[in-house]
Amino acid sequence: MGFEIISYGFMQRALVSGIAIALMCSVVGLFLVLRRHSLFGDALAHSAFGGIAAGLFLGIYPMWTAFIVSILSALGLTKIRQRFQISGDATVAILLSSGLAMGVILISLAGGFTVNLFSFLFGSILLVSLENTILILGLAGSILIVILLLYKQFVYTTFNEEQAKVSGIQVEKVSYLLVVIAGITVVSSMQLVGILLTSSLIVIPNVTAMLFSRGFKQTTILSMSFAVFSAVIGILTSYSFNIAPGGMIVLISIIIFGVSLGLKSLRKNKFIRKPITARS
Amino acid sequence: MFMKLVEIENLSVNYDGILALEKVSFSVEEKDFLGIIGPNGAGKTTLFSCMLGLLNNYQGEIRFFGTNIRKSKQYLRQIGYVPQKPTFEKNFPATVAEVVRMGLRKNQKDNVIDNVLQKVWLHELSHRRIGDLSGGQQQRVFIAKALVSEPQILILDEPVTGIDLQSKDLFYQILRDLNQKDKITIIWSSHDLDAVAKLAGMVACLNRTLFFHGISEEFFHNENLLKMYSESSMQMHMHHHEN
Repeated sequence: MGFEIISYGFMQRALVSGIAIALMCSVVGLFLVLRRHSLFGDALAHSAFGGIAAGLFLGIYPMWTAFIVSILSALGLTKIRQRFQISGDATVAILLSSGLAMGVILISLAGGFTVNLFSFLFGSILLVSLENTILILGLAGSILIVILLLYKQFVYTTFNEEQAKVSGIQVEKVSYLLVVIAGITVVSSMQLVGILLTSSLIVIPNVTAMLFSRGFKQTTILSMSFAVFSAVIGILTSYSFNIAPGGMIVLISIIIFGVSLGLKSLRKNKFIRKPITARS
Repeated sequence: MFMKLVEIENLSVNYDGILALEKVSFSVEEKDFLGIIGPNGAGKTTLFSCMLGLLNNYQGEIRFFGTNIRKSKQYLRQIGYVPQKPTFEKNFPATVAEVVRMGLRKNQKDNVIDNVLQKVWLHELSHRRIGDLSGGQQQRVFIAKALVSEPQILILDEPVTGIDLQSKDLFYQILRDLNQKDKITIIWSSHDLDAVAKLAGMVACLNRTLFFHGISEEFFHNENLLKMYSESSMQMHMHHHEN
């Protein structure tokens, strides 16, 4: 088979969409992981499930309703969290369960859907259409440009909110923008790995990159590389062995994480860390 | 006579019926080195929060460079702030240079970072991860970050809490140079009376209300004032224990 599979249209669309989603997830995910919001992606995906069910129930294109429901509920909960000082993990739990509950109720009201919900739960990247590929590319491009333009604001507010505020950054606005961007990223990535595995694309490449890198830029580049590698190899091998691509992509990213952990511990045992010698 | 950079008039802060600050008034002139002393819970951090625009629920007026801070936040561009203990995710992947870069203004070039790291004796560690540094070194990184935008005023909130003696001495030397050589106005809150006596030209003694503001020597040579300060500290200490 070799390189022949890359000549198929569906495979080209899957690879292009997969790479775009991987880049989006790794970059947005780094900010979420560092803000200790690793499971926020999971919660957004579950609320998107409610949105998908609403779309199917109302006869609207489900991806649009998923975008609207997940972004609005995430913004609402962020506001509630700030106003009533509810902890982050509790917010995640509320968002996650309310989305799922909404989805389950709508499905039972409709007496089950004819459309296969399985593809939303576990992804269907090999079936992605040209229109969707263009949409994903547009969204990924826009998100990466916004992050590049507001790079300092995003990094600074993630590093220390209070100091960012003192330096004149509008911290609340940056946080809301991040929530919107995370919502778009999660809903887009459902096509690649599905609702149930989305948060793994957001978390695993970043945690792996953080094992090796010292700086933020270095971490971002490494994380993007791990995510893209997992997506490409996952899609190709899943087709070759007829396995669900979503699971394969996540499995590869977990293998990279495991190997990295091994390398890291080997390096720790082999070398003694250089002491920091400047004036202390 | 130097220009008044900061003017605080009748500043009062009320947290759910408890007065944290009561009618505090003082001013800071250009090139001053003001040490704000007071026991735990005296309201030092509350005062700084108001001055930095982090707390807006106060009575009275705060002016920086002659402008009420409620009207404009432009003054923040001229302020460098070093918090008590900078909180950040321990394994945050940022190098020393990247942390300092966060303080850069839009039109500034990157080479300022090296200069400012040299000032705080950290240029050799610019590529280290911030979390790998000692507490004292981290605080110097935060001074560098506060200085990189070339502010007129540096505000430090008990910056040496939990730092070893050797690091403290180096830290104080850096502060002295910044004030004397670079002519930066410094507002610094501290528990360390000896250090304040050595470094600060002006002293403000705070314990919910301001009961002294003036020249440092005047405070440290006045036994009544020193006695009053230690008694109020003791009272505050006992009050904390009772609670």
